[in-house]
Amino acid sequence: MRRLTWFNTTSLTLGFAFLYLPMVILIIYSFNESRLVTVWGGFSTKWYGELMKNEAFLDAAVVTLKVAFASSIAATVLGTMAAYVLVRGGRFFGRTLFSGMIYAPLVMPEVITGLSLLLLFISIGLDRGIITIVLAHTTFSMCYVSVVVSSRLVSFDRSVEEAALDLGCTPFDAFRSVTLPIIAPAVISGWLLALTLSLDDLVISSFVAGPSSTTLPIKIFSSVRLGVSPEINALSTILIGLVTIGTISASLASKRAVKKRQQEEQMAEQAA
Amino acid sequence: MNFRRFFLISVPYVWLLILFLIPFGIVLKISLSDTALAIPPYTPTLDLAGGWTSIKEFFSQLDFENFAFLTTDDLYWKSYLSSLKIAFLATFLCLLVGFPIAYGMANAPDEWRPTLMMLVILPFWTSFLIRVYAWMGILSQEGLLNQFLIWLGVIGEPLTILNTNVAVYIGIVYTYCPFMILPIYSTLEKLDGSLLEAGEDLGCSRTTAFWLITVPLSKSGIIAGCFLVFIPALGEFVIPTLLGGSGTLMIGKVLFEEFFSNRDWPVASAVAIVLLLILIIPIVLYQRNEQKMMEAEQ
Repeated sequence: MRRLTWFNTTSLTLGFAFLYLPMVILIIYSFNESRLVTVWGGFSTKWYGELMKNEAFLDAAVVTLKVAFASSIAATVLGTMAAYVLVRGGRFFGRTLFSGMIYAPLVMPEVITGLSLLLLFISIGLDRGIITIVLAHTTFSMCYVSVVVSSRLVSFDRSVEEAALDLGCTPFDAFRSVTLPIIAPAVISGWLLALTLSLDDLVISSFVAGPSSTTLPIKIFSSVRLGVSPEINALSTILIGLVTIGTISASLASKRAVKKRQQEEQMAEQAA
Repeated sequence: MNFRRFFLISVPYVWLLILFLIPFGIVLKISLSDTALAIPPYTPTLDLAGGWTSIKEFFSQLDFENFAFLTTDDLYWKSYLSSLKIAFLATFLCLLVGFPIAYGMANAPDEWRPTLMMLVILPFWTSFLIRVYAWMGILSQEGLLNQFLIWLGVIGEPLTILNTNVAVYIGIVYTYCPFMILPIYSTLEKLDGSLLEAGEDLGCSRTTAFWLITVPLSKSGIIAGCFLVFIPALGEFVIPTLLGGSGTLMIGKVLFEEFFSNRDWPVASAVAIVLLLILIIPIVLYQRNEQKMMEAEQ
Protein backbone atom coordinates (compact mmCIF):
# COMPACT_ATOMS: atom_id res chain seq x y z
CA MET A 1 0.00 0.00 0.00
CA ARG A 2 3.03 2.30 0.26
CA ARG A 3 2.95 4.35 -2.85
CA LEU A 4 3.97 7.85 -3.77
CA THR A 5 0.92 9.32 -5.40
CA TRP A 6 1.03 12.83 -6.82
CA PHE A 7 -0.85 14.00 -3.74
CA ASN A 8 1.77 12.62 -1.36
CA THR A 9 4.64 13.98 -3.41
CA THR A 10 3.11 17.45 -3.55
CA SER A 11 2.27 17.58 0.13
CA LEU A 12 5.77 16.42 1.10
CA THR A 13 7.44 18.90 -1.25
CA LEU A 14 5.29 21.84 -0.20
CA GLY A 15 5.43 20.84 3.47
CA PHE A 16 9.19 20.59 3.66
CA ALA A 17 9.58 23.73 1.57
CA PHE A 18 7.46 25.53 4.17
CA LEU A 19 9.55 24.09 7.03
CA TYR A 20 12.94 24.81 5.48
CA LEU A 21 12.63 27.77 3.09
CA PRO A 22 12.57 30.47 5.81
CA MET A 23 15.78 29.11 7.32
CA VAL A 24 17.45 28.76 3.91
CA ILE A 25 16.58 32.40 3.13
CA LEU A 26 17.96 33.46 6.51
CA ILE A 27 21.22 31.66 5.80
CA ILE A 28 21.54 33.11 2.27
CA TYR A 29 20.96 36.65 3.50
CA SER A 30 23.60 36.29 6.21
CA PHE A 31 26.13 36.43 3.33
CA ASN A 32 24.61 39.64 2.00
CA GLU A 33 26.96 42.59 1.47
CA SER A 34 24.22 45.18 2.01
CA ARG A 35 23.11 46.34 5.46
CA LEU A 36 19.55 46.42 4.12
CA VAL A 37 18.48 42.91 4.91
CA THR A 38 15.99 42.52 2.09
CA VAL A 39 18.10 43.86 -0.76
CA TRP A 40 20.79 41.61 -2.21
CA GLY A 41 24.06 43.53 -2.47
CA GLY A 42 26.49 40.78 -3.43
CA PHE A 43 28.27 37.98 -1.54
CA SER A 44 30.22 38.87 1.58
CA THR A 45 31.23 37.36 4.89
CA LYS A 46 31.74 40.68 6.57
CA TRP A 47 28.84 40.27 9.04
CA TYR A 48 30.58 37.23 10.52
CA GLY A 49 33.61 39.42 11.12
CA GLU A 50 31.44 42.11 12.71
CA LEU A 51 29.86 39.47 14.91
CA MET A 52 33.23 38.23 16.18
CA LYS A 53 34.08 41.79 17.19
CA ASN A 54 30.84 42.23 19.09
CA GLU A 55 31.80 41.54 22.69
CA ALA A 56 28.27 41.73 24.06
CA PHE A 57 27.29 38.70 21.97
CA LEU A 58 30.42 36.78 22.91
CA ASP A 59 29.87 37.45 26.64
CA ALA A 60 26.25 36.35 26.31
CA ALA A 61 27.38 33.18 24.51
CA VAL A 62 29.75 32.35 27.37
CA VAL A 63 26.99 32.83 29.97
CA THR A 64 24.63 30.66 27.90
CA LEU A 65 27.16 27.83 27.60
CA LYS A 66 27.96 27.89 31.33
CA VAL A 67 24.26 27.79 32.22
CA ALA A 68 23.53 25.06 29.66
CA PHE A 69 26.31 22.74 30.85
CA ALA A 70 25.61 23.17 34.56
CA SER A 71 21.83 22.89 34.25
CA SER A 72 21.81 20.00 31.77
CA ILE A 73 24.12 17.88 33.95
CA ALA A 74 22.11 18.61 37.10
CA ALA A 75 18.86 17.96 35.20
CA THR A 76 20.16 14.62 33.88
CA VAL A 77 21.11 13.40 37.38
CA LEU A 78 17.88 14.59 38.99
CA GLY A 79 15.70 13.51 36.06
CA THR A 80 17.20 10.01 35.99
CA MET A 81 16.68 9.69 39.75
CA ALA A 82 13.08 10.87 39.36
CA ALA A 83 12.45 8.41 36.51
CA TYR A 84 13.88 5.53 38.58
CA VAL A 85 11.70 6.51 41.53
CA LEU A 86 8.58 6.74 39.34
CA VAL A 87 9.11 3.40 37.57
CA ARG A 88 10.87 1.27 40.23
CA GLY A 89 10.16 3.14 43.43
CA GLY A 90 6.98 1.31 44.38
CA ARG A 91 4.54 3.07 46.68
CA PHE A 92 5.59 5.93 48.89
CA PHE A 93 3.93 8.86 50.58
CA GLY A 94 2.90 11.53 48.07
CA ARG A 95 3.61 9.52 44.92
CA THR A 96 0.71 11.09 43.00
CA LEU A 97 1.93 14.58 43.88
CA PHE A 98 5.42 13.59 42.76
CA SER A 99 4.33 12.34 39.35
CA GLY A 100 2.11 15.40 38.99
CA MET A 101 5.08 17.67 39.63
CA ILE A 102 7.07 15.77 36.99
CA TYR A 103 4.43 16.10 34.28
CA ALA A 104 3.01 19.56 35.06
CA PRO A 105 6.06 21.62 33.97
CA LEU A 106 5.86 20.01 30.51
CA VAL A 107 2.52 21.69 29.80
CA MET A 108 2.98 24.83 31.89
CA PRO A 109 3.10 28.11 29.92
CA GLU A 110 6.62 29.49 30.16
CA VAL A 111 5.42 32.90 31.36
CA ILE A 112 3.87 31.29 34.43
CA THR A 113 6.92 29.16 35.25
CA GLY A 114 9.14 32.21 34.86
CA LEU A 115 6.93 34.45 36.96
CA SER A 116 6.58 31.95 39.79
CA LEU A 117 10.32 31.22 39.96
CA LEU A 118 11.16 34.92 39.96
CA LEU A 119 8.74 35.55 42.81
CA LEU A 120 10.34 32.66 44.72
CA PHE A 121 13.87 34.02 44.23
CA ILE A 122 12.79 37.48 45.31
CA SER A 123 11.00 36.25 48.40
CA ILE A 124 13.98 34.20 49.62
CA GLY A 125 16.32 37.07 48.76
CA LEU A 126 18.44 35.23 46.20
CA ASP A 127 20.18 37.68 43.87
CA ARG A 128 19.36 37.17 40.22
CA GLY A 129 22.26 35.89 38.13
CA ILE A 130 23.73 32.74 36.65
CA ILE A 131 22.74 30.70 39.72
CA THR A 132 19.05 31.53 39.43
CA ILE A 133 19.02 30.75 35.69
CA VAL A 134 20.71 27.39 36.36
CA LEU A 135 18.17 26.55 39.08
CA ALA A 136 15.26 27.47 36.79
CA HIS A 137 16.59 25.56 33.79
CA THR A 138 17.41 22.49 35.88
CA THR A 139 13.86 22.41 37.21
CA PHE A 140 12.04 22.31 33.88
CA SER A 141 14.68 20.24 32.04
CA MET A 142 14.74 17.49 34.70
CA CYS A 143 11.07 16.80 33.94
CA TYR A 144 11.84 16.26 30.23
CA VAL A 145 14.81 14.02 31.12
CA SER A 146 12.68 11.97 33.48
CA VAL A 147 9.97 11.44 30.84
CA VAL A 148 12.58 10.26 28.27
CA VAL A 149 14.37 7.98 30.76
CA SER A 150 11.22 6.52 32.31
CA SER A 151 9.87 5.46 28.90
CA ARG A 152 13.09 3.43 28.47
CA LEU A 153 12.88 2.03 32.02
CA VAL A 154 9.29 0.89 31.46
CA SER A 155 10.12 -0.95 28.25
CA PHE A 156 13.12 -2.98 29.36
CA ASP A 157 13.09 -6.49 30.72
CA ARG A 158 13.24 -6.36 34.51
CA SER A 159 14.35 -9.97 34.85
CA VAL A 160 17.91 -8.96 33.88
CA GLU A 161 18.03 -6.69 36.90
CA GLU A 162 16.55 -9.38 39.11
CA ALA A 163 19.12 -11.88 37.85
CA ALA A 164 21.92 -9.54 38.90
CA LEU A 165 20.36 -9.22 42.35
CA ASP A 166 19.99 -13.01 42.63
CA LEU A 167 23.64 -13.44 41.70
CA GLY A 168 24.65 -11.35 44.68
CA CYS A 169 24.82 -7.78 43.42
CA THR A 170 23.83 -5.04 45.81
CA PRO A 171 21.00 -2.88 44.41
CA PHE A 172 23.52 -0.13 43.72
CA ASP A 173 25.89 -2.50 41.84
CA ALA A 174 22.94 -3.88 39.88
CA PHE A 175 21.94 -0.35 38.93
CA ARG A 176 25.48 0.59 37.92
CA SER A 177 26.44 -2.50 35.96
CA VAL A 178 23.07 -3.62 34.53
CA THR A 179 20.43 -0.88 34.54
CA LEU A 180 22.60 2.09 33.70
CA PRO A 181 24.19 0.59 30.55
CA ILE A 182 20.74 -0.37 29.29
CA ILE A 183 19.16 3.03 29.86
CA ALA A 184 22.33 4.92 28.81
CA PRO A 185 21.03 5.89 25.33
CA ALA A 186 17.92 7.41 26.92
CA VAL A 187 20.02 9.20 29.55
CA ILE A 188 22.23 10.65 26.81
CA SER A 189 19.30 11.79 24.70
CA GLY A 190 17.73 13.25 27.84
CA TRP A 191 20.93 15.17 28.47
CA LEU A 192 21.02 16.45 24.88
CA LEU A 193 17.41 17.52 25.21
CA ALA A 194 18.16 19.35 28.48
CA LEU A 195 21.15 21.02 26.85
CA THR A 196 19.11 22.25 23.88
CA LEU A 197 16.22 23.41 26.06
CA SER A 198 18.61 25.45 28.14
CA LEU A 199 20.50 26.92 25.15
CA ASP A 200 17.16 27.85 23.63
CA ASP A 201 15.22 29.23 26.54
CA LEU A 202 14.23 32.87 26.34
CA VAL A 203 11.06 33.44 28.37
CA ILE A 204 12.02 31.81 31.67
CA SER A 205 15.54 33.27 31.47
CA SER A 206 14.11 36.76 30.89
CA PHE A 207 12.29 36.50 34.20
CA VAL A 208 15.08 35.08 36.35
CA ALA A 209 18.20 36.66 34.77
CA GLY A 210 19.89 39.62 36.39
CA PRO A 211 21.45 42.58 34.58
CA SER A 212 24.92 40.99 34.65
CA SER A 213 23.81 37.60 33.35
CA THR A 214 22.35 38.17 29.89
CA THR A 215 22.06 34.93 27.93
CA LEU A 216 22.37 34.72 24.15
CA PRO A 217 18.60 34.34 23.49
CA ILE A 218 17.89 37.39 25.69
CA LYS A 219 20.52 39.37 23.79
CA ILE A 220 19.18 38.23 20.41
CA PHE A 221 15.61 38.98 21.45
CA SER A 222 16.37 42.51 22.61
CA SER A 223 18.20 43.40 19.39
CA VAL A 224 15.64 41.64 17.16
CA ARG A 225 12.79 43.66 18.71
CA LEU A 226 14.30 46.68 16.96
CA GLY A 227 14.20 44.94 13.57
CA VAL A 228 16.10 42.56 11.34
CA SER A 229 19.89 42.90 11.22
CA PRO A 230 22.52 41.10 9.14
CA GLU A 231 24.60 40.34 12.23
CA ILE A 232 21.72 38.38 13.77
CA ASN A 233 21.38 36.53 10.45
CA ALA A 234 25.07 35.56 10.69
CA LEU A 235 24.68 34.48 14.31
CA SER A 236 21.56 32.45 13.45
CA THR A 237 23.41 30.75 10.59
CA ILE A 238 26.20 29.68 12.95
CA LEU A 239 23.68 28.32 15.47
CA ILE A 240 21.67 26.49 12.79
CA GLY A 241 24.91 24.99 11.45
CA LEU A 242 25.95 23.73 14.89
CA VAL A 243 22.54 22.19 15.54
CA THR A 244 22.47 20.49 12.14
CA ILE A 245 25.94 18.97 12.59
CA GLY A 246 25.03 17.88 16.12
CA THR A 247 21.72 16.28 15.15
CA ILE A 248 23.08 14.47 12.12
CA SER A 249 26.10 13.06 13.95
CA ALA A 250 23.95 11.99 16.91
CA SER A 251 21.57 10.16 14.61
CA LEU A 252 24.44 8.50 12.71
CA ALA A 253 25.99 7.41 16.01
CA SER A 254 22.73 5.91 17.22
CA LYS A 255 22.23 4.15 13.89
CA ARG A 256 25.69 2.62 14.22
CA ALA A 257 24.93 1.53 17.80
CA VAL A 258 21.72 -0.17 16.66
CA LYS A 259 23.55 -1.97 13.85
CA LYS A 260 26.28 -3.12 16.22
CA ARG A 261 23.74 -4.46 18.68
CA GLN A 262 21.91 -6.32 15.94
CA GLN A 263 25.18 -7.91 14.82
CA GLU A 264 25.99 -8.92 18.39
CA GLU A 265 22.54 -10.39 18.85
CA GLN A 266 22.90 -12.38 15.63
CA MET A 267 26.31 -13.67 16.71
CA ALA A 268 24.90 -14.65 20.11
CA GLU A 269 22.05 -16.51 18.42
CA GLN A 270 24.43 -18.31 16.08
CA ALA A 271 26.66 -19.28 19.00
CA ALA A 272 23.65 -20.68 20.82
CA MET B 1 19.09 0.09 51.72
CA ASN B 2 16.25 2.06 53.26
CA PHE B 3 18.42 5.11 53.58
CA ARG B 4 19.32 4.84 49.89
CA ARG B 5 15.70 4.58 48.88
CA PHE B 6 14.85 7.57 51.04
CA PHE B 7 17.71 9.56 49.48
CA LEU B 8 16.71 8.58 45.94
CA ILE B 9 13.11 9.66 46.47
CA SER B 10 13.69 12.75 48.56
CA VAL B 11 16.29 14.57 46.44
CA PRO B 12 14.15 15.07 43.29
CA TYR B 13 11.03 15.36 45.45
CA VAL B 14 12.36 18.19 47.61
CA TRP B 15 13.83 19.91 44.55
CA LEU B 16 10.45 20.00 42.82
CA LEU B 17 8.64 21.02 46.01
CA ILE B 18 10.92 24.01 46.46
CA LEU B 19 11.28 25.07 42.83
CA PHE B 20 7.90 24.09 41.43
CA LEU B 21 5.16 23.82 44.05
CA ILE B 22 6.17 26.55 46.51
CA PRO B 23 6.58 29.15 43.71
CA PHE B 24 2.95 28.47 42.78
CA GLY B 25 1.91 29.05 46.36
CA ILE B 26 3.73 32.38 46.20
CA VAL B 27 1.97 33.36 42.96
CA LEU B 28 -1.38 32.49 44.54
CA LYS B 29 -0.53 34.43 47.69
CA ILE B 30 0.55 37.54 45.78
CA SER B 31 -2.51 37.38 43.52
CA LEU B 32 -4.59 37.78 46.69
CA SER B 33 -2.44 40.63 48.04
CA ASP B 34 -3.02 44.34 47.67
CA THR B 35 -1.12 46.42 45.11
CA ALA B 36 1.16 48.99 46.71
CA LEU B 37 3.74 51.53 45.68
CA ALA B 38 6.63 49.90 47.49
CA ILE B 39 9.50 47.48 47.04
CA PRO B 40 8.33 44.75 46.58
CA PRO B 41 5.22 46.38 45.10
CA TYR B 42 2.51 44.66 47.15
CA THR B 43 1.28 44.37 50.73
CA PRO B 44 0.85 40.78 51.77
CA THR B 45 -2.51 40.03 53.31
CA LEU B 46 -1.28 36.68 54.60
CA ASP B 47 1.41 36.69 57.29
CA LEU B 48 2.27 33.14 58.34
CA ALA B 49 4.53 34.39 61.11
CA GLY B 50 1.46 35.74 62.89
CA GLY B 51 0.16 32.21 63.43
CA TRP B 52 -3.43 31.09 63.50
CA THR B 53 -5.02 34.50 64.13
CA SER B 54 -3.42 36.03 61.05
CA ILE B 55 -4.57 33.09 58.90
CA LYS B 56 -8.12 33.63 60.19
CA GLU B 57 -7.80 37.34 59.49
CA PHE B 58 -6.56 36.54 55.98
CA PHE B 59 -9.65 34.48 55.20
CA SER B 60 -12.01 37.06 56.65
CA GLN B 61 -10.45 39.79 54.50
CA LEU B 62 -10.19 37.71 51.35
CA ASP B 63 -11.63 39.92 48.62
CA PHE B 64 -10.25 38.65 45.27
CA GLU B 65 -9.96 42.31 44.27
CA ASN B 66 -7.25 41.60 41.67
CA PHE B 67 -9.47 39.00 40.04
CA ALA B 68 -12.38 41.43 40.13
CA PHE B 69 -10.09 43.99 38.50
CA LEU B 70 -9.49 41.55 35.61
CA THR B 71 -13.21 41.56 34.84
CA THR B 72 -13.61 45.36 34.99
CA ASP B 73 -10.75 46.29 32.68
CA ASP B 74 -11.48 45.48 29.02
CA LEU B 75 -7.85 44.69 28.27
CA TYR B 76 -7.81 41.43 30.24
CA TRP B 77 -10.92 39.60 29.15
CA LYS B 78 -10.32 40.77 25.59
CA SER B 79 -6.81 39.33 25.76
CA TYR B 80 -8.06 36.01 27.11
CA LEU B 81 -10.70 35.80 24.38
CA SER B 82 -8.30 36.83 21.64
CA SER B 83 -5.65 34.35 22.87
CA LEU B 84 -8.26 31.59 22.80
CA LYS B 85 -9.36 32.60 19.30
CA ILE B 86 -5.81 32.80 17.96
CA ALA B 87 -4.85 29.49 19.58
CA PHE B 88 -7.97 27.73 18.22
CA LEU B 89 -7.59 29.01 14.68
CA ALA B 90 -3.82 28.44 14.62
CA THR B 91 -4.36 24.85 15.82
CA PHE B 92 -6.85 24.27 13.02
CA LEU B 93 -4.45 25.75 10.43
CA CYS B 94 -1.67 23.58 11.85
CA LEU B 95 -3.86 20.53 11.32
CA LEU B 96 -4.53 21.58 7.71
CA VAL B 97 -0.80 21.96 7.08
CA GLY B 98 0.42 19.09 9.25
CA PHE B 99 -1.94 16.29 8.26
CA PRO B 100 -0.96 16.14 4.56
CA ILE B 101 2.72 16.14 5.54
CA ALA B 102 2.19 13.32 8.07
CA TYR B 103 0.10 11.43 5.49
CA GLY B 104 2.77 11.85 2.83
CA MET B 105 5.43 10.65 5.26
CA ALA B 106 3.44 7.58 6.29
CA ASN B 107 2.94 6.62 2.64
CA ALA B 108 6.50 7.29 1.55
CA PRO B 109 8.78 4.34 0.69
CA ASP B 110 10.26 2.66 3.78
CA GLU B 111 13.82 3.70 3.05
CA TRP B 112 12.88 7.40 2.97
CA ARG B 113 11.06 7.47 6.24
CA PRO B 114 13.97 7.77 8.71
CA THR B 115 15.27 10.75 6.69
CA LEU B 116 11.84 12.42 6.50
CA MET B 117 11.43 11.83 10.23
CA MET B 118 14.74 13.52 10.91
CA LEU B 119 13.79 16.45 8.69
CA VAL B 120 10.70 17.01 10.84
CA ILE B 121 12.63 16.67 14.11
CA LEU B 122 15.54 18.90 13.08
CA PRO B 123 13.58 22.18 13.55
CA PHE B 124 12.81 21.03 17.13
CA TRP B 125 16.49 21.30 17.95
CA THR B 126 16.88 24.64 16.19
CA SER B 127 16.30 27.70 18.31
CA PHE B 128 12.65 28.69 18.53
CA LEU B 129 13.64 32.36 18.55
CA ILE B 130 15.60 32.01 15.30
CA ARG B 131 12.70 30.26 13.58
CA VAL B 132 10.39 33.13 14.53
CA TYR B 133 13.02 35.70 13.57
CA ALA B 134 13.41 34.13 10.10
CA TRP B 135 9.86 35.26 9.29
CA MET B 136 10.50 38.89 10.21
CA GLY B 137 12.64 39.43 7.11
CA ILE B 138 10.19 37.55 4.88
CA LEU B 139 6.97 39.24 5.98
CA SER B 140 8.06 42.88 6.24
CA GLN B 141 6.80 45.57 3.83
CA GLU B 142 9.86 45.36 1.61
CA GLY B 143 10.34 41.68 2.50
CA LEU B 144 10.78 38.74 0.17
CA LEU B 145 7.13 37.65 0.20
CA ASN B 146 5.97 41.09 -0.95
CA GLN B 147 8.77 41.28 -3.54
CA PHE B 148 7.76 37.86 -4.84
CA LEU B 149 4.03 38.69 -5.01
CA ILE B 150 4.71 41.98 -6.80
CA TRP B 151 7.02 40.19 -9.23
CA LEU B 152 4.25 37.66 -9.90
CA GLY B 153 1.90 40.56 -10.51
CA VAL B 154 -0.61 39.34 -7.90
CA ILE B 155 -0.46 42.61 -6.00
CA GLY B 156 0.55 46.12 -7.01
CA GLU B 157 1.23 47.57 -3.58
CA PRO B 158 3.15 45.77 -0.83
CA LEU B 159 0.88 44.22 1.81
CA THR B 160 1.27 44.90 5.50
CA ILE B 161 1.69 41.45 7.01
CA LEU B 162 4.34 41.87 9.70
CA ASN B 163 2.93 43.28 12.95
CA THR B 164 -0.56 41.96 12.25
CA ASN B 165 -2.44 38.90 13.48
CA VAL B 166 -1.82 37.18 10.13
CA ALA B 167 1.90 37.13 10.90
CA VAL B 168 1.12 35.67 14.35
CA TYR B 169 -0.85 32.83 12.73
CA ILE B 170 1.99 32.14 10.28
CA GLY B 171 4.49 32.15 13.15
CA ILE B 172 2.49 29.74 15.31
CA VAL B 173 1.75 27.35 12.43
CA TYR B 174 5.41 27.37 11.40
CA THR B 175 6.95 26.80 14.83
CA TYR B 176 4.39 24.34 16.22
CA CYS B 177 3.75 22.34 13.05
CA PRO B 178 6.20 19.51 13.99
CA PHE B 179 4.17 18.94 17.19
CA MET B 180 1.15 18.27 14.96
CA ILE B 181 2.99 16.12 12.39
CA LEU B 182 4.71 13.67 14.74
CA PRO B 183 1.72 12.24 16.68
CA ILE B 184 -0.40 12.04 13.49
CA TYR B 185 2.45 10.32 11.65
CA SER B 186 2.87 7.78 14.43
CA THR B 187 -0.82 6.76 14.24
CA LEU B 188 -0.90 6.75 10.42
CA GLU B 189 2.24 4.65 10.28
CA LYS B 190 0.59 1.89 12.32
CA LEU B 191 -2.51 1.94 10.12
CA ASP B 192 -3.16 -1.43 8.52
CA GLY B 193 -3.18 -0.93 4.74
CA SER B 194 -5.35 -3.99 4.19
CA LEU B 195 -8.26 -2.15 5.82
CA LEU B 196 -8.14 0.42 3.02
CA GLU B 197 -7.93 -2.34 0.40
CA ALA B 198 -10.92 -4.03 1.99
CA GLY B 199 -12.81 -0.74 1.91
CA GLU B 200 -12.01 -0.24 -1.75
CA ASP B 201 -12.95 -3.85 -2.57
CA LEU B 202 -16.28 -3.25 -0.90
CA GLY B 203 -16.96 -0.35 -3.23
CA CYS B 204 -15.60 2.71 -1.41
CA SER B 205 -13.93 5.35 -3.51
CA ARG B 206 -10.44 6.40 -2.38
CA THR B 207 -11.86 9.58 -0.86
CA THR B 208 -14.66 7.82 1.00
CA ALA B 209 -12.17 5.23 2.29
CA PHE B 210 -9.99 8.08 3.52
CA TRP B 211 -12.83 9.71 5.48
CA LEU B 212 -14.35 6.46 6.75
CA ILE B 213 -11.15 4.55 7.60
CA THR B 214 -8.00 6.67 7.72
CA VAL B 215 -9.38 9.67 9.59
CA PRO B 216 -11.23 7.76 12.36
CA LEU B 217 -8.20 5.48 12.92
CA SER B 218 -5.83 8.43 13.24
CA LYS B 219 -8.19 10.31 15.57
CA SER B 220 -6.06 9.87 18.69
CA GLY B 221 -3.01 11.24 16.88
CA ILE B 222 -4.99 14.21 15.60
CA ILE B 223 -6.31 14.97 19.08
CA ALA B 224 -2.84 14.67 20.64
CA GLY B 225 -1.36 16.94 17.98
CA CYS B 226 -4.09 19.56 18.44
CA PHE B 227 -3.53 19.77 22.19
CA LEU B 228 0.25 19.87 21.75
CA VAL B 229 -0.21 22.96 19.57
CA PHE B 230 -3.11 24.58 21.43
CA ILE B 231 -1.70 24.43 24.97
CA PRO B 232 1.62 26.23 24.32
CA ALA B 233 0.07 28.57 21.72
CA LEU B 234 -2.38 29.93 24.30
CA GLY B 235 0.35 31.28 26.57
CA GLU B 236 2.70 32.27 23.73
CA PHE B 237 4.83 35.36 24.34
CA VAL B 238 7.64 35.46 21.75
CA ILE B 239 5.52 35.18 18.59
CA PRO B 240 3.00 37.97 19.39
CA THR B 241 5.84 40.21 20.57
CA LEU B 242 8.01 39.80 17.47
CA LEU B 243 5.48 39.19 14.69
CA GLY B 244 2.32 40.72 16.13
CA GLY B 245 1.47 44.39 16.27
CA SER B 246 0.12 46.71 18.91
CA GLY B 247 -3.35 45.38 18.11
CA THR B 248 -2.37 41.77 18.82
CA LEU B 249 -3.71 40.90 22.24
CA MET B 250 -2.31 37.74 23.74
CA ILE B 251 -2.36 36.97 27.41
CA GLY B 252 1.29 35.87 27.66
CA LYS B 253 2.36 39.27 26.37
CA VAL B 254 -0.04 41.09 28.71
CA LEU B 255 1.29 39.16 31.71
CA PHE B 256 4.89 39.96 30.79
CA GLU B 257 4.15 43.67 30.36
CA GLU B 258 2.02 43.86 33.50
CA PHE B 259 4.91 42.48 35.48
CA PHE B 260 7.87 44.28 33.95
CA SER B 261 6.46 47.56 32.57
CA ASN B 262 3.64 48.28 35.02
CA ARG B 263 5.31 46.48 37.93
CA ASP B 264 1.88 45.35 39.06
CA TRP B 265 2.77 42.02 40.66
CA PRO B 266 -0.62 41.19 42.19
CA VAL B 267 -2.47 41.70 38.88
CA ALA B 268 0.22 39.79 36.92
CA SER B 269 -0.15 36.91 39.39
CA ALA B 270 -3.93 36.97 39.06
CA VAL B 271 -3.55 36.89 35.24
CA ALA B 272 -1.31 33.81 35.62
CA ILE B 273 -3.77 32.02 37.93
CA VAL B 274 -6.70 32.60 35.55
CA LEU B 275 -4.60 31.40 32.56
CA LEU B 276 -3.82 28.20 34.48
CA LEU B 277 -7.49 27.67 35.30
CA ILE B 278 -8.31 28.00 31.58
CA LEU B 279 -5.55 25.54 30.67
CA ILE B 280 -6.67 22.86 33.13
CA ILE B 281 -9.50 21.75 30.80
CA PRO B 282 -7.36 21.08 27.68
CA ILE B 283 -4.60 19.53 29.81
CA VAL B 284 -7.00 17.06 31.45
CA LEU B 285 -8.54 16.20 28.06
CA TYR B 286 -5.06 15.71 26.57
CA GLN B 287 -4.04 13.35 29.35
CA ARG B 288 -7.22 11.34 29.00
CA ASN B 289 -6.47 10.95 25.27
CA GLU B 290 -2.91 9.82 26.05
CA GLN B 291 -4.21 7.20 28.49
CA LYS B 292 -6.64 5.91 25.88
CA MET B 293 -3.79 5.63 23.36
CA MET B 294 -1.68 3.71 25.88
CA GLU B 295 -4.54 1.32 26.65
CA ALA B 296 -5.18 0.79 22.93
CA GLU B 297 -1.56 -0.18 22.44
CA GLN B 298 -1.58 -2.81 25.17
